[in-house]
Amino acid sequence: MTDHKNIKNIEKELIDDFSLFETWEEKYEYLIDIGKKLAPLDPAFKTEEYKIKGCQSSVWIHSYAKDGLIYFEGDSDAIIVRGLVGLMITVLNGQPAKEIVNAPLDFINTIGLSSHLAQTRSNGLRAMIKQMKMDAGVLG
Amino acid sequence: METAGTYDVQSIRAQFPILSRKVKGKNLVYLDNAATAQKPTAVIDALVHYYSHYNANIHRGLHTLADEATAAYEASRLAVMNFVGASSTDEIIFTKGTTESINLVANAWGKSFLQEGDEIIISSLEHHANIVPWQMVAAEKKAVLKVIPIDDNGILDLEAFKSMLGPRTKFVSVVHVSNALGIINPVEEIIHLAHLHNALVLVDGAQSSVHLDIDVQTLGCDFYAFSGHKIYGPTGVGVLYGRKDLLESMPPYQGGGEMIKEVRFEHTTYNELPFKFEAGTPNIADVIALKAGIDFINNIGKAVIRKHEEMLLEYATAKLKEITGLTIIGDVKNKVSVISFIIDGVHPQDLAILLDNQGVAVRTGHHCTQPLMHRLGIVGTTRASFAAYNTIEEIDVLIQALNKSLKMLL
Repeated sequence: MTDHKNIKNIEKELIDDFSLFETWEEKYEYLIDIGKKLAPLDPAFKTEEYKIKGCQSSVWIHSYAKDGLIYFEGDSDAIIVRGLVGLMITVLNGQPAKEIVNAPLDFINTIGLSSHLAQTRSNGLRAMIKQMKMDAGVLG
Repeated sequence: METAGTYDVQSIRAQFPILSRKVKGKNLVYLDNAATAQKPTAVIDALVHYYSHYNANIHRGLHTLADEATAAYEASRLAVMNFVGASSTDEIIFTKGTTESINLVANAWGKSFLQEGDEIIISSLEHHANIVPWQMVAAEKKAVLKVIPIDDNGILDLEAFKSMLGPRTKFVSVVHVSNALGIINPVEEIIHLAHLHNALVLVDGAQSSVHLDIDVQTLGCDFYAFSGHKIYGPTGVGVLYGRKDLLESMPPYQGGGEMIKEVRFEHTTYNELPFKFEAGTPNIADVIALKAGIDFINNIGKAVIRKHEEMLLEYATAKLKEITGLTIIGDVKNKVSVISFIIDGVHPQDLAILLDNQGVAVRTGHHCTQPLMHRLGIVGTTRASFAAYNTIEEIDVLIQALNKSLKMLL
């Protein structure tokens, strides 16, 4: 278990991971791979209730608390967004609610993916982060 | 094979400064022309020249700058009149774009002439801009909105349309060319059939105005709406053509300056056409620069551009069909240079992100036609659309970039 690592540590690890890749192709292939390896979300949670609707793709996030920490599961119909879901889960899973709510989560801007991936509304990343923080606030 | 000699695409490209920029270190390949066309230097210069030399408010000033600005503004109206084959500049209203043109008709005509139980007909191919304004006015006037169905290829069911027409049909608003699929609809026949039932017809020309020769008198439509930015002109300016007697019968859409003849606190009389529908200071600069966009098209010739675009369409269609798992949506004969496609197991958004990283700009998603996507049972498509300045080499780049993206995704 990685319960001693805080959000900043995990972000740092991801930034280091991505820095090993020089080309955009390698970075995206890594992200796509994270998306492909993301544990499937129980279909019971792939409903409107857990859906975060982006302009072009959909994201489902299921959040729960265990032993005072917050956990997430998720999915998306687009594989790159699934990769982003995977990154967010890697960073936020098993953290205290307060840490999640207060995390700036700006690592996305520094891992060298195209800047529009982090900024555009259409892929639902911002909505996803907002939902995960809200869930943490409620559960925590 | 490039049509060198007859069609000098390189000299056309040289007129578009943006085409020489890089995106993510690669040459820009701009294939999102159905969303907006790039602007030739003449259009950009017209904007700069207006603001640098004769910026003034129009129609009422008595100084030289106002005279020059008014003359240029009205020259643009004349150019638009000729562009769509209208018989009078009174029939040309400047708006913000196609969306505002349609809203103007839905509000000014719809609210005055629709009665409870009257019927408005649109089609399954409509852009949201030709759906929502009619839903709003239908709800307010308790009118009924009917939708012409399509087959699985996106072809309108004209037999169904015929059976929908009746004594309560008051208005038909249809898209000339589908923005999502590029299909050309048989608007002449639709207009003819609607007129047999005394229904008025608006043609949404947002996509057709740049590709097809438009003559509103031959078409016989009562209204024709389009946007300047899709015909190589600036954003923020659009056109509503309306038959003069209809525009005269309609109340103004918005109140303010310019649209009035005389204002007293008790009563106001309205200005004559076309000013009755142009309340407030209009978008002078963009209207003036729109003429430069029209001139760009006229200088080459719409038919000549169309031939080039058809060559690109044919080449791209054949190349795309070689990709395993790719299906073209709306793969019909009668279409403009727009190709919408889906690929088995690939989300359009993933494709758009990876293509962008290779300098290729396409459009993905529902293209503001959610009911159409729903009817076709898809979440969206990837759409490549070609303009006067696109080349065979750019389509080759698109195909290479697509193959590379698929290798990464699948």
